[in-house]
Amino acid sequence: MKLKLAATVALGALLASGGVVLGTSAASADPVKIGLVSTLSGPSAALGVHMRDGFQLAVKELGGKLGGQPTEVVVVDDELKPDVAVTKVKALLERDKVDVVAGVVFSNVMMAVAKPVFDAETFLISGNAGPSPLAGKACSPFFFSASYQNDQNHEVMGKFAQDKGYKRVILMTPNYQAGKDSMAGFKRHFKGEVVDEIFTQLGQLDFSAELAKIAAAKPDAIFTFMPGGMGVNLVKQYAQAGLAGQIPFLSAFTIDETTLPAIQDASIGLFSGAEWAPSLDTAENKAFVAAYEKEYGVVPSLYAAQGYDAAKLIDGALKATGGKVSDKTAFRKALAAAPFKSIRGDFKFNTNGFPVQDFYVVKAVKRADGKFATEVVAKVFDDAKDAYAGDCPLK
Amino acid sequence: MATAPAANDNARPSRLGPFLRSPAFGLVLVALLAAAPAAAVLLGQPFWLTMATRVAIFALAALSLSFILGQGGLVSFGHAAPFGIGAYAVLILADLGFTDALVAFPVAFLAGALFSGVTGTVALRTRGVYFIMITLALAQMAFFTFTSLSAYGGDDGMTLWARSTVAGQKWLKNDLTFAYLAIGLLALFLVLGNRVLASRFGRVFRGLKENESRLAALGYDAYPVRLVAYALAGGVAAVAGALLANQTEFVSPAYMAWQRSGDLIVMVVLGGLGPLHGAIVGAAVVLVVEETLSHLTEHWKIIFGPLLILIVLLRGGLIARILGGRRG
Amino acid sequence: MNTTLLLVQTLNGLQLGVILFLVAAGLTLVFGVMDFINLAHGVQYMLGAYLTATAVAWTDHFGLGLALGMLATLAAGFVLEILVYRHLTGRDHLEQVLATFGLILFMTEGVKMVFGASPIAMRTPEILSGSVVLMPGLLYPVWRIAIIASGLGVALLLWLLVARTRIGMLVRAGSTHAPIVSALGVDIDRLFMIVFAFGAMLAGFAGSMAAPILSVEPNMGDGVLILAFVVIVIGGIGSIRGAFLAALLVGLVDTLGRAFMTDILKLFFANSSAAKAGPALASMLIYVVMALILFFRPQGLFPAERR
Repeated sequence: MKLKLAATVALGALLASGGVVLGTSAASADPVKIGLVSTLSGPSAALGVHMRDGFQLAVKELGGKLGGQPTEVVVVDDELKPDVAVTKVKALLERDKVDVVAGVVFSNVMMAVAKPVFDAETFLISGNAGPSPLAGKACSPFFFSASYQNDQNHEVMGKFAQDKGYKRVILMTPNYQAGKDSMAGFKRHFKGEVVDEIFTQLGQLDFSAELAKIAAAKPDAIFTFMPGGMGVNLVKQYAQAGLAGQIPFLSAFTIDETTLPAIQDASIGLFSGAEWAPSLDTAENKAFVAAYEKEYGVVPSLYAAQGYDAAKLIDGALKATGGKVSDKTAFRKALAAAPFKSIRGDFKFNTNGFPVQDFYVVKAVKRADGKFATEVVAKVFDDAKDAYAGDCPLK
Repeated sequence: MATAPAANDNARPSRLGPFLRSPAFGLVLVALLAAAPAAAVLLGQPFWLTMATRVAIFALAALSLSFILGQGGLVSFGHAAPFGIGAYAVLILADLGFTDALVAFPVAFLAGALFSGVTGTVALRTRGVYFIMITLALAQMAFFTFTSLSAYGGDDGMTLWARSTVAGQKWLKNDLTFAYLAIGLLALFLVLGNRVLASRFGRVFRGLKENESRLAALGYDAYPVRLVAYALAGGVAAVAGALLANQTEFVSPAYMAWQRSGDLIVMVVLGGLGPLHGAIVGAAVVLVVEETLSHLTEHWKIIFGPLLILIVLLRGGLIARILGGRRG
Repeated sequence: MNTTLLLVQTLNGLQLGVILFLVAAGLTLVFGVMDFINLAHGVQYMLGAYLTATAVAWTDHFGLGLALGMLATLAAGFVLEILVYRHLTGRDHLEQVLATFGLILFMTEGVKMVFGASPIAMRTPEILSGSVVLMPGLLYPVWRIAIIASGLGVALLLWLLVARTRIGMLVRAGSTHAPIVSALGVDIDRLFMIVFAFGAMLAGFAGSMAAPILSVEPNMGDGVLILAFVVIVIGGIGSIRGAFLAALLVGLVDTLGRAFMTDILKLFFANSSAAKAGPALASMLIYVVMALILFFRPQGLFPAERR
């Protein structure tokens, strides 16, 4: 703990002293290099593909330039293995000498790569993962999130369940840290009775055992967090077990555009918490969704949206510094001002580098063109901050 | 079982063969690996340093597997378990306030040896594919145990906030020093492993692979010999795990997933199942090819997969033929 | 209420067991007859799901799609046999492991490149979707009943095939006395090709049947492969009967363990520690069972006669 504090103070001092290292004209001649870390293989690859595609769409729209500078994006696959991720990130930092590291879908990968990136005094822009340590005690001046803090989308559903007046709810998540955090997030705003907390195995294929339990308990609603393939399995089986019309299905990171093409009709009417949906009514968002569908042939998910925003954020900050990242203080200041127009609408940064933004309840619908997408039902939080910012020593 | 291809093996014996199979060549390999960090610093390529360290760590783990698999015929599909236990030993000790490598590494060795020793009493009752599967089962139990340790991050794993100290000094913070520690340990265990194999104990252990009944007739009991070898290999794998924890400064149950056990088998088989230092070649080839290919294309596995098949179909190609001698 | 729950979970366990049996049957035959370790068997399961889902979408008819999917899986089995497997028979087990591991990497990445990383959808026919009331208070998905029924049907067919036909006799003989069968003038290579492709089709059938309830994605074969190995090792390698019983055992133990382990622990420990330890213990239960069985019967439940 002491060590972390010392490191933070030291970093602060470095930043305060202002541009000790002067990367002069040479920097602007070199192309800007961005290391994009994503999960591109294994069962969760769909999320990583969306995030990468969103990021690269933004770079493409900007003519291959970020901040007006020629830009090279080096994409690496973390394989969802922490040690592989650390090795590849070190390659980005040491071999490719990237100016910024962006992306990262999963929190365990984020926690593993954060230290080497911060140690190298390089900026890390999250395209998805927002683990609580990075928002609170272990926050870093080199970290900015273009997504959300992990608890928030779960909090949305807890608040929604509370507002709906549900009395008895069953929670079900995989048995790992994010699952436990998810339940904690849900319970932060839900004051009714939690009938049961069911922990399933990570990567579980068959939920028949759990669904039978749920059917027997007859709760007012269930809340679940089943990212990727697990969510696909669960929702298919939920519908087949005849529960879909009977017990409201509240979720986070379960019903989204990466899983909807596989679930299709079984997903219609199921709820999810999100900070973005394709239906959000901003001019930038409409343009983004149309461009993404044209480029990749599928409806973008929130991971794609966050990847897109991450690239726009870096672009905005680079414009503000004239394309330089060598002056860390200036670049941090530029990033902190969130100098871009988010496709989500309202977007600014809190002191811990996490966004202050709106959150919605969304539900899955079949669009007129036959494709499936999520659609905003109601705004649940306005300009919400995460619960950990108070623990962050940064000002 | 196999018949025809044996002749093929001896068709063109490499003149270099005997030297390449000798323990001396193992030291040459380590020396080559040791040149990489120095070259990395001189040529301003710090990533080579990271890569050389990673190769040394996985070479050490593969070497410990090669000891029981290549020499003793014990195909463990659970070798990632002691490897991961070594990593957790460092994390848990650091959490308890013991951050010194002089404590952590020996404890890691003992923890790995203890795990392998205890599970070995069960696993070594079986043979062949049953042994493969029971070692997998025992490793999976360890895996699920560590995923449920929420105090240490559960499934997510946990950041190790600083590398181990050595006698209170923060020498290992320096990547170059750390690289040479990893390579040094690799050299140490390579020499020790070869010594053990050359000893009476080692000769019996190797003999058991070839002809268990003959040794039984000579009055040797296979079980205790195999158990000791199995426990030793677990201890060395744990030391490699302790190194990995320090290198990545992160510990996670993913280190002991069954896929990782599979990776280690691939390294050992690729290295030719012959002398221990084949594992160094195997680890280096897998890691360097993976790194190079994945830098070229996201779909590197579409190249790497057929490469493995070709290597087998071409009878181990260069690597196994030169180092080989796997069929004796 | 509790008996209803137990009944539902037992059916669920049965359904998982049937799927595992379909995958394990081919694996244990290939292993038993040709002494061949095929890690890429899970790929066949994945391929079956993809090919059937594609064929169903293409023909817009479930039965037709399933038939086409099965034919395609069978064809894929023959192609792989000719290109890869036949060159690996008689090789060292570890070389087979290495090569078939390479095949997994190739096929998984190939499917990902063709179909994308996102899971794909598979429609079920109207009459087989939804649930039926089996008894008062017991609603059960029709599709799962279809899986159990078709799986048991295939098991019966397989038994008849192995026990009553000439080719079955050769397979049985081949698994215990391969050199003699070969010496009697039977083309053992052709036998292997048929057994292999047929096993691949069975795994593909399992994948197709699982596709409506599971996420169809490139890595779906990995987890099933490991479970199938657990099954054939518990059952005794080369034994269809052993694979069948072991598959049901694994399916039931896994499902019932996940359903009731936490509750059982709550009888003995504090609620919170039971909730934490329960799922971890349930996850490792089948491995504990396997270790125990191998401890007392190192050759599995129904060891083949040789070796």
